[in-house]
Amino acid sequence: MAQPVQSPSVPVSRAPSKRARGEGNVGDAVFRWLTAAFAATVVVTLLAMAAEMVGASWLSIREFGAEFIVSRDWNPVTEEFGALPFIYGTVVSSLLALAISVPISFGVAIFLSEMAPDWLRNPLGFLVELLAAVPSVVYGLWGIFALAPWMRDTVEPALREHLGFLPFFQGPNQGYGMLTGGVVLAIMITPTISSVSREVLRVVPRTFREAALGLGATRWETIATAVIPVARSGLVGAVILGLGRALGETMAITMLIGNRPEIDVSLFAPAYTMASVIANEFTEATEDLYLAALAEIGLLLFLVTVLLNVLARLLVWRVQAQGGAAT
Amino acid sequence: MDLVGRPADAGRVAFEREASSSRAPSAPFAGAPNGEHAQSDADAVASRAQTSKMRTEELRAFFGRSEVIRGITLPIPEKKVTAIIGPSGCGKSTFIRCLNRMHEVVPGARSTGKVLLDGQEISRGVDPVRIRRRVGMVFQKPNPFPTMSIRDNVLAGLRLNGLRPKDPASLVESALRRVALWDEVKDGLGRSGLSLSGGQQQRLCIARTLATEPEVILMDEPCSALDPIATARVEELIHELQSSYTIVIVTHNMQQAARVSDYTAFFYMGELIEHGRTDAMFTRPRQQKTEDYITGRFG
Amino acid sequence: MTEVVERFGGSVRVRVLKDRLVRGACAGAALVALVPLFSVLYYLTVRGLAGLDAAFFTELPKPVGEEGGGMANAIVGSLQLVGLACLFGIPPGVLAGIYLAEFGNGAFGRVVRFCADVMSGVPSITIGIFVYALVVLRTKQFSAFAGGLALAVIMLPTVTRTTEELLKLVPEALREAALGLGVPKWRATLRIMLRTAAPGIATGIMLAVARVAGETAPLLFTAFGNRFWSRGLDEPVASLPVQIYTYAVSPYEEWHRQAWAAALVLVGLVLSLNILARVLVRHRVRT
Repeated sequence: MAQPVQSPSVPVSRAPSKRARGEGNVGDAVFRWLTAAFAATVVVTLLAMAAEMVGASWLSIREFGAEFIVSRDWNPVTEEFGALPFIYGTVVSSLLALAISVPISFGVAIFLSEMAPDWLRNPLGFLVELLAAVPSVVYGLWGIFALAPWMRDTVEPALREHLGFLPFFQGPNQGYGMLTGGVVLAIMITPTISSVSREVLRVVPRTFREAALGLGATRWETIATAVIPVARSGLVGAVILGLGRALGETMAITMLIGNRPEIDVSLFAPAYTMASVIANEFTEATEDLYLAALAEIGLLLFLVTVLLNVLARLLVWRVQAQGGAAT
Repeated sequence: MDLVGRPADAGRVAFEREASSSRAPSAPFAGAPNGEHAQSDADAVASRAQTSKMRTEELRAFFGRSEVIRGITLPIPEKKVTAIIGPSGCGKSTFIRCLNRMHEVVPGARSTGKVLLDGQEISRGVDPVRIRRRVGMVFQKPNPFPTMSIRDNVLAGLRLNGLRPKDPASLVESALRRVALWDEVKDGLGRSGLSLSGGQQQRLCIARTLATEPEVILMDEPCSALDPIATARVEELIHELQSSYTIVIVTHNMQQAARVSDYTAFFYMGELIEHGRTDAMFTRPRQQKTEDYITGRFG
Repeated sequence: MTEVVERFGGSVRVRVLKDRLVRGACAGAALVALVPLFSVLYYLTVRGLAGLDAAFFTELPKPVGEEGGGMANAIVGSLQLVGLACLFGIPPGVLAGIYLAEFGNGAFGRVVRFCADVMSGVPSITIGIFVYALVVLRTKQFSAFAGGLALAVIMLPTVTRTTEELLKLVPEALREAALGLGVPKWRATLRIMLRTAAPGIATGIMLAVARVAGETAPLLFTAFGNRFWSRGLDEPVASLPVQIYTYAVSPYEEWHRQAWAAALVLVGLVLSLNILARVLVRHRVRT
């Protein structure tokens, strides 16, 4: 038997071509391509979404350009369309929701991951998640009959009495308005923020906590000095995910915010959000330009939520990667 | 160092042919105590005893850029138990996974060289699935399918391949009898495979492999997750199976190798250091490294 | 010990007090967060039960001003829409999830995973616009088909990622066991890996179904609504969520009553799916 001529770098150089796969099972190849095709539908759907949205709003984009997002006129009759009141309503109601929800959500997350006794942890976590399971339209219904009257008769008079010197808390208390919308959004995003925060806190390695506790720190000092700093960017991510949900939330806020396309500094006054105007007017829009303007609002919403989601995922991943690396 | 492994390979083929004829009558112990002669001598034993069921030639295996099997040529005699021993990380598991194309399942893994089954090259150019039906495998940790009953576990290999055995009940019984599990489970064949003890699970896994009627059974440290009593039963079973199957067993337990195998191969750092009859190897190792290992001086 | 006190500042008593305060605040936050849940459940029970009668389940809506009537068409419509969503959403989602779990380590896999994550954050109302532009504009009519498709698009990323995550939890040893028996990889994946992960995947899918069952916004201009029975998938169809919305914002007492009844039915459905899913998970963990 002739000895094959071997170069010194034998194994590495000839190996790749010999990778045993080509002769593999036909079924396996079919399977791989079939599942890949379905995986591609996810990407295609997202791209199609972007394309269809741009297509649907093209008329409006061409007509108004950048003017669209700074103009505050919304008059379907005269075909003047400016999205500013809706952008304002969406941004303010969402920020309001964050202001209410973030402290509560963090409290819930810290309680559940660091303080609650074991027997309470799972049932409580479950209840908080049930909060997310209630459909938006049901919150809207409840808001109309329970939340709005309560806001009108109890919360808003109290706010005016104590904080009435601020422009935010002036004007008639109607129950339907920015404040009520913000509160219902806060209720709806609390489960999102608290469950993501809880996940983030959970991946902080136990050793960090033990180190602080070992130094004689109290529970809270441990959390403040050893846990939260590590989890910080993940917590920011959780807030951003909550913000993304608040921005796109439609039904409950449509039923409670009052739906008036005006910019009013008072939080008691009715307002309008981007999602709400689409929900309310899309099926009524008979003119092409009107429809395109509504679609463009949808497109803006789409772009903003996509960006926020990308940002939030990156932040949450970073903490998880750190947590994974440290354990 | 180099004296040990590589030079031996060069003259291997010629030597073996010669060995099988002219040197046949001489006792294996008469061979030179070390160097290439020692190795070839072991081959001589194997080839004289009978034909090789399997054989690797210059087998090299890689994970990414690192080479974990460095050119191993090893015959595996038919209907005998061949044990592969060596310190952890020596490539013994990777080696047997190359014998039924399981190595390539791991991402980034590849191999070169030849693996022969009944003289036919199987490491490329053929469907790995067919090879695995002929060369079955039993794994380190018992891994019965959790969603299946004991009965379905035994039949899994056939059913998953779309085969419908004519008489499944008797097939199940005979497979379970051969692993001496029948009497323990016959009243609960519908129970989950996970309801069994570790040792029973491993015997169930062996029964599952037997039911597909392989020609060769590879066992990758089949007893490492078992207690001593369960281990003894599996070893007993290996003894019984060797009359009908060619068995290759990887073990880190030298006593086990000594108890169950006819031939032993000692691997170190991805190289074959020594190979020969088990009794000879454990009483008179020809290589210093082998001796160090079996006397517990390293590894 | 003095060092420790310096490090964490202040006297021990103040520190312990602070600790107690924060603990109290966190427990309080948990309580506050749950107040709306209990309030919603209370209102649903009281008002919903008052509005619920046999006619609700068996009759069509009456015209404005007339008493009585029910939401039989909306109940059937909702089931129809959710059924369509499952049909369009689950098979592609599961197959895409299999791809991610089995072959998803490359660049394409990362892109798919990323798109799925991004998609799950897209507001449902924009998905409504998307399906409107894609289907309703082209077929020139609102339809059950369009509504089901919109809900399927919402489900797709959840089903995909759930399937992936749960397949990855199945021990690799099982795959090897199957491959070692000479089973082709695709069969090992479908019959062993997927089968083993099935209860978990089913749970994830149930949660996704529960979520889309309550979706309203994407149906407003896809499935639209219908006061009568829908006679085909190419016709507009009523659904519980849209009906609740329409009735809730109406000025009629009678419609409010029915909106509460419908909300009770919807929440009952959604919550029981949620609870069932969780019970299944717990059961599985124990065995």
